[in-house]
Amino acid sequence: MSESTDANDREPSMDAARYPDGSITYPAHPIGPGGEEPVETVDLSEYEAEVVTWTTSTATPPGVRQPNSLAIVEFDVDGEPVRAIGQLTTDDVAIGDTVEPVYAEELRDPGAGIREPESQEWDGYRFRSVE
Amino acid sequence: MTQFGQREGEWVRDLLAEAGEACLDDAGVHPDAVEHLYVSNMASGEFEGQTGVPNALAHDLACMPAYTARIDQTSSSGGAGIYAAWQSVASGASDMTMLVGGEKMTHRSTAEATDVIASLTHPVEYKHGVTLPSFAGLTARLYLSTYDAPRESLARVAVKNHQNGVDNPHAQFRKEVDLDTVMESPIVADPLRLYDFCPITDGSAALMFCPESVAKEYTDEYAVVSGIGGATDTHVVHERADPTTMRGVVESSDIAYEMAGLGPEDVDVAELHDMFTILEFLQSEDLGFFEKGEGWKAVDAGKTDRDGELPINTSGGLKSKGHPLGASGVAQAYEIYQQVLGGAGKRQVDADVGLACNVGGFGNCVTTTILERETA
Repeated sequence: MSESTDANDREPSMDAARYPDGSITYPAHPIGPGGEEPVETVDLSEYEAEVVTWTTSTATPPGVRQPNSLAIVEFDVDGEPVRAIGQLTTDDVAIGDTVEPVYAEELRDPGAGIREPESQEWDGYRFRSVE
Repeated sequence: MTQFGQREGEWVRDLLAEAGEACLDDAGVHPDAVEHLYVSNMASGEFEGQTGVPNALAHDLACMPAYTARIDQTSSSGGAGIYAAWQSVASGASDMTMLVGGEKMTHRSTAEATDVIASLTHPVEYKHGVTLPSFAGLTARLYLSTYDAPRESLARVAVKNHQNGVDNPHAQFRKEVDLDTVMESPIVADPLRLYDFCPITDGSAALMFCPESVAKEYTDEYAVVSGIGGATDTHVVHERADPTTMRGVVESSDIAYEMAGLGPEDVDVAELHDMFTILEFLQSEDLGFFEKGEGWKAVDAGKTDRDGELPINTSGGLKSKGHPLGASGVAQAYEIYQQVLGGAGKRQVDADVGLACNVGGFGNCVTTTILERETA
């Protein structure tokens, strides 16, 4: 799973993986871009990100909000770029805007689509513009 | 190949059998002679509840005891099927391989069909409701912004491909559309509109593969697979450093060009995977036809028109011909086969070398195939 909850029952983290060569990916992979296993977890929910591009989708699948605004964003984790995709809290955004992750318990209805609900997590982080 | 479109009352087995039988007839090959039979299909189980389609087809066309396999590589299942069929012949395992690609989709609603296709995405994408059309919207916005391309340039791809489709009797849409119609159609994934997207389609297409020594027993004129390459890019689309470059297209075409001893400048006609208009720009650049960021200018200048210097999607493309997932890559090569052999009718262009680029996911898996005319 990409999100985990700590013992204090805070909001789950948005877990990316750091590899020995310094690269970071979201989500984590068993083997990273440099061919090595991850060495640590980075919580992206603590960072701001920049909008790389965005869209508002009006033809959405079963169980998905309509319209569904989405963005690819880039975090800067101590000089290392790492990208993520996620829903936006608004469609009032532009390329280059700064956003921050905001937690949502359920991003789409797990039972409405084709994927087995138990096979994955359904909570996660949307992106909200930072004034 | 079959008529593409809404084939009411006909299911994946019917469509595969129709294209397969037409291919046997056209090639003059008796079903007994088929040693390998491949079916390119993404999701007959999910769409229709019918699995085991290669064996079903072998029985329906009396091709037993041919070795069979289903080739699923999502939208590039057809291209992957060409690769498998070529491999079976090149390795010496088969002297006669039939490839049939097909999909039955239109009995499902657009939302359901979109979800079946979106099920190829990673869980971190799927939970956000990410679909293939939304990837297209994200990429189109970045492309237009990065390369200062006008929104109308994407619409011109749709206008061109619809114009080509008018002359394709197998196409789902044989209707011209003008720029205003595209630009005023409903938003689907901003900035892309309805006419930037291919339709949902039922259909099937088939090709026969054999060594040249065998081909000469059947015909005086045939096409050779002079180059073929397959490659992958990231499963998680946002992990790509440059979303406007499809590395799978770059890598697979490099392999195909090297095998053929040809370069992009040698290609006379191409079928590109225009599931979304933006994809035609990306592929035309990543195949080396045009410089990065210049693909839109080539379309604007008419270079990719049927009478242009490099006609692209003379069949009408996925945009107008339709996109029955597993059939599309086979149908692309079918068009190139017709073009290099002079059988494309009103769509005919002057071509000895043709290229087909079949894309799965959002560039996740790609097969590039080069066909050349050969005379016995």
